[in-house]
Amino acid sequence: MSEPLLVVDDLHVTFKIHGGRAVRAVDGVSFAVRAGETVGIVGESGSGKSVTALAILGLLPSRGVTTSGSILLNGQQLLGASEHDMQDVRGRRAAMVFQDPMTSLNPVLTIGRQLTETITRHLGVKRDAARDRAAELLDRVGIPEPRQRLKNYPHQLSGGMRQRVMIAIALASDPALIIADEPTTALDVTIQAQVLELLREVVRESNTALVMITHDLGVIAGICESVNVMYSGRIVESNERHHLFASPRHHYTRGLLASVPRLDGAQGRLVPIPGSPSDVIAWSEGCAFAPRCPAVSDACRGQAPELVSSPEGGTLRCVQPAPVGMPVWSGR
Amino acid sequence: MSVLTRRQRADQLDDPDVANSLTREAWRRIRQNPLAIVGGTIIVFFVLIAVFAPMLAPFNPRSNAWFDQIRPTSIPGPSRDHWFGLDEGGRDELSRLIFGARASLMIGVLSLGIGAVAGAFFGLVAGAFGGWVDSLIMRLTDILLAVPSLLLALSVAAVIGQSQTAIVVAVAVPNIPLFARMLRSSMLGERQKDYVTSATSVGVRRRSLVMRHVVPNSLAPMLVQASLALSTAIIDAAALSFLGLGSADPGVPEWGRMLANTTRLLNVAPHLAIFPGVAILITALGFNLFGEAVREALDPKLRR
Repeated sequence: MSEPLLVVDDLHVTFKIHGGRAVRAVDGVSFAVRAGETVGIVGESGSGKSVTALAILGLLPSRGVTTSGSILLNGQQLLGASEHDMQDVRGRRAAMVFQDPMTSLNPVLTIGRQLTETITRHLGVKRDAARDRAAELLDRVGIPEPRQRLKNYPHQLSGGMRQRVMIAIALASDPALIIADEPTTALDVTIQAQVLELLREVVRESNTALVMITHDLGVIAGICESVNVMYSGRIVESNERHHLFASPRHHYTRGLLASVPRLDGAQGRLVPIPGSPSDVIAWSEGCAFAPRCPAVSDACRGQAPELVSSPEGGTLRCVQPAPVGMPVWSGR
Repeated sequence: MSVLTRRQRADQLDDPDVANSLTREAWRRIRQNPLAIVGGTIIVFFVLIAVFAPMLAPFNPRSNAWFDQIRPTSIPGPSRDHWFGLDEGGRDELSRLIFGARASLMIGVLSLGIGAVAGAFFGLVAGAFGGWVDSLIMRLTDILLAVPSLLLALSVAAVIGQSQTAIVVAVAVPNIPLFARMLRSSMLGERQKDYVTSATSVGVRRRSLVMRHVVPNSLAPMLVQASLALSTAIIDAAALSFLGLGSADPGVPEWGRMLANTTRLLNVAPHLAIFPGVAILITALGFNLFGEAVREALDPKLRR
């Protein structure tokens, strides 16, 4: 197989909170994405998935944040690159689509201005050419009457339309990598499906690498080839999508699956994961998921489990994993 | 029909960012606000008076042709010849009021304009660069804010002498820190918004990020502050000229000084206090009403 386009290796991001306490938002995350591949990062709020995304594009605030590890995009080290260099990477080689299309577009500029801004910035073309390209992009993301739409302000478009515009802006200069941070969370279900279909099309047509960050396993199931499950800043399980859904082994992954309704109704009652993640203890006193884990034992406490490759494929960070092939919905 | 649909559309916009976004929407809301119409009418009225003063004034405001009618115990009040009566120097009060509108409005607008532009500049620099530049500018504004504006005004007058320029500078300078802080803080607020992160994420350069994204979204509070501060500036200008800071030539009509000259004569000629006082009041009221309407139009929390 080809060389991976994006290689994130042992990424650490630590936030200093007021009072000197440090929170490890991302704690040794590694994954790789190839061109044309879609990799999912799934986890609940506070698991560090968005921070990982922001770190890749160097969008974390500079004050109070320390990062270490390595982020290679096509061999270029992005972690610690100068702001000047990062400005050329962002949009040109890697772009991001954000969660809330309602607030992610500038309310005082027409969408045409916001599109052409990125186009002229990266492709160095004249205004007219940029407008043509902008209309072309809107057409590509499925917005009817693109020429007229260019003159619209963001508030004149619906949420789904705005997210399409966001995607068009991200696509403006054909980046090799797109990071989508919960791109469908703020949208209606029907629109969600359309936006996912659009992203899938982009990946297929342009051979773009896509990192899909979400808490929604349905999104993962629909679009990703492989999945990384994050908990408290670490990847706890990763696998090919089919294997992960067929045979989830980490109890957190299983908990996530059990809390999602199934269309075939095979599940009965939805089972929530009790408790909520804690940023205080994290991994220093054993497995961070132990306080919420149904299969917790003494072996889980004291020392944090390592991420190991399992013989059945994928990697797993658990000392008491569920057996291979055990379905989720017949009780955990 | 089209008006109705436009209004309906406007009602559906409950996203606060949207309210700031379109100047057109704001204008529409200002035009529909009765306060704005009253305030605007007053402003236009006084501006027209100031502009066309030579045509409107019945007499030369400096002419003391009627000085022989002035007695220490009686100054003629309103009459058919002199609608607003005569002043203590035997000049036509109405003509002086009309010409006085020029000085009052000009000083008010000019001083506020200078204060707002200079303040916006410092606020922009502080908000755009942050770090030590920000700290330095903010400490300087703290110092300016700590100096009582009256003391500042008197020192300005002491340095550059008694003149209308002194009033302009004295009213402008205390406005600088207010506007600087306001623009800086709204820029800091805007910088946290999602659209800034998303513009950054597609490689928009810092300069255009600040000038095209952050600043236009931060201007609404400035506009509101400016339109409300205009009335204060006019009152302050009148107050300083009341205290004797205005033009060194006593023949130049200024509302504040006209008021000051008559304090000793209140029981002899109350009309000399009433007319300039009411003129100042109505002008300030006009600017205040209009400013309030601008605020309502731009502030999503106050929209009805």
